[in-house]
Amino acid sequence: MNVKKLSKQTLLKGGTLLDPVNEKEYKSDVLLVHGKIANIGKVNTKDADVIDCKGMVITHGFCDLHVHFREPGREDKETLQTGSQAALAGGFTRVCTMPNTDPPIDSPESVRFIAEKGAECPIYIHPIGAATKGQMGKELTEMGGMAKEGAAAFSDDGIPIMDGGVMRRVLEYGGMLDKSVINHAEDVCLRSDGVMNEGKMSTKLGLTGNPVEAEGVMVHRDLELAKLTGAKIHVPHMSTKQSVDLVAEMKKEHENVSAEVAPHHLFFTDEDLGTFDTHLKVAPPIRSKMDKKALVEGLKNGTIDCIATDHAPHTIEDKETTFDMAAFGMIGLESCLGAVLKVLVQEEKMNLLPVIQALTVNPRKVMGFETDLFAEGQLAELVIFNPNERWEFTKADIQSKSVNSPFVGKSLKGKVKYTIVKGNIASI
Amino acid sequence: MSLTHRHLLGLEGYPAEDIQTIIETAFTFREVLDRPIKKVPSLQGQTIVNLFFENSTRTRISFELAQKRLSADTINFSASTSSLKKGESFKDTVQNIEAMKIDACVMRHPTPGAPLRLTEYVDAVVINAGDGTHEHPTQAILDMTSLQEKFGYLKGLKVGIIGDISHSRVALSNIHGLITMGAEVTLCGPATLIPPHIEELGVAVNHNIDEVIAWADALNVLRIQMERMGVSLFPSIREYRSLFGITTERLAEHKKEVVIMHPGPMNRGVEIESAVADSDQAIILDQVLNGVASRMAILFLLLGGKAES
Repeated sequence: MNVKKLSKQTLLKGGTLLDPVNEKEYKSDVLLVHGKIANIGKVNTKDADVIDCKGMVITHGFCDLHVHFREPGREDKETLQTGSQAALAGGFTRVCTMPNTDPPIDSPESVRFIAEKGAECPIYIHPIGAATKGQMGKELTEMGGMAKEGAAAFSDDGIPIMDGGVMRRVLEYGGMLDKSVINHAEDVCLRSDGVMNEGKMSTKLGLTGNPVEAEGVMVHRDLELAKLTGAKIHVPHMSTKQSVDLVAEMKKEHENVSAEVAPHHLFFTDEDLGTFDTHLKVAPPIRSKMDKKALVEGLKNGTIDCIATDHAPHTIEDKETTFDMAAFGMIGLESCLGAVLKVLVQEEKMNLLPVIQALTVNPRKVMGFETDLFAEGQLAELVIFNPNERWEFTKADIQSKSVNSPFVGKSLKGKVKYTIVKGNIASI
Repeated sequence: MSLTHRHLLGLEGYPAEDIQTIIETAFTFREVLDRPIKKVPSLQGQTIVNLFFENSTRTRISFELAQKRLSADTINFSASTSSLKKGESFKDTVQNIEAMKIDACVMRHPTPGAPLRLTEYVDAVVINAGDGTHEHPTQAILDMTSLQEKFGYLKGLKVGIIGDISHSRVALSNIHGLITMGAEVTLCGPATLIPPHIEELGVAVNHNIDEVIAWADALNVLRIQMERMGVSLFPSIREYRSLFGITTERLAEHKKEVVIMHPGPMNRGVEIESAVADSDQAIILDQVLNGVASRMAILFLLLGGKAES
């Protein structure tokens, strides 16, 4: 991957524009002047650097609501800078970083640290602040001050807020600030020491199972509390049919509900764990075929709004060990588009538009970010990709500091070619 | 005679013909064990390491004896005496051992899947001597050898497996092996110790021990681990004994004689009454002897030893 400054004038020529906000698809050129959108339409100019976009789709830069960039504390796994490179490689121009760093991002000062360091990065980075001090699930953080410093939402991600009373107060307080609350939905008592989905596979492999109900009861509780408090709730990394059904029901009663799904939950099933591949150890776990199907349906019918990677870098030694000892999580930014287009468009026959909406306008709406990115004068935040290219994901495609990806060796469909953001263009 | 797979990692999907071959070879070695000189030169010059990352007395002694009877050179490695305690990784430990030119690794490890990982790191033949709550294939083979010896057949045999199925690699390997060989299996134990979806492996579950005794030709009684009580998987020993304990009183209510097996070590007075363990219907000590013979058969077949003329 090569990242360079956009020249004074850049012409994106001959591509297809996919406008996820106005739900339109049309052939057009795009002229960028000083990094801003100057003209969309037929453009004839001799002064611009031309990028041939024939056969390519040009759309809004992807926005990932759920990444772990490990800074501060585990810079050996990822930093805001290396995470940004991974994002660029995947077509992401904007990400929200989870606060489970060391120390956690649980104060206005630590939010400012991420915001300031993020400002130096080649993509837009929005810190999500911890909902409780030290992510201990007991005392509220100074959410007001954190919001002022740039916290986009509040979450104790990685650690579920088990105490229903605390969760209610987090929703009330976060709701007052009009910020989404995101709770890692797993009942820790039901999850127990489960390391994979509970089912025939876990029984066969002798690995402790994590039942779908561990997620279901927590999603149910959170949705009810969101309705009670009127607050915005965003359900992260949904992995089960039960969660999809619960969110679909609650969306009829309460408008402030949104939900995301991760590419790995759409791509794999628990039957893929037969080789004890630690790269597939993740929380929540890779579920059954039936759950995978329900997640796809959830995206099709709009129950699930967003695709978010839950990009979770870990060192080689964290994964090159036995299944019980291995860390939970996988990286996902670089492989996201190819994985979701393969499953959703190629296999499940979805249209490209709703898939791209789940990567662009929908997550931006959840966080209240600017959505009309094709507006004239807008600082360009675009991705250019080939929707039909089949390719094998390899370690060479990874820009993250870590390589813990179960997608290595997998055949994907759809490849990001250019990512344009903050006046730069990344060629992938 | 040779086996389909290079390693013995588990009995899930293991071919019936191979299980049959191992059992028949085990019977041959049983004869060797009855001779005054119990040693054969089959594996002379082969080096086998016993890698025990978890405590074991019986399985380890049984393997060691099998190796000595076959004239293999053996070395032992146990986690408590090794550098694992100094923080060396699993990968480093096994690669170090591999570097010493080993022909086979017999491994016990607390984690499911560890033997499969081992095959990625070493060139040696890997034999799983128990991986966490996953499989313990050599135990299942010795159990089947014992059943074959006692009944003369496995197809259609009715076997009850009693006790803590959830935490038992012995149960899982026995289920796979017995189902493959055409036996019928019913599991019996507290609902909290029966793993979810286990019926999908082709077994029945019945929580009524008296019904299972009435049905079964043989009972494989598993050890109950007392520490499970602490995490509320069963309330007390008294309750366990009254609902699932194999007692003379309980067995006496049935006219037929059910064969009793136990992989050891037994908790006498808990899952099995002393009098039952010592009775004629128990084949627990035959299992121990068949364990040596079965492991000789497995080592012999996997390491390609030359048949004794």
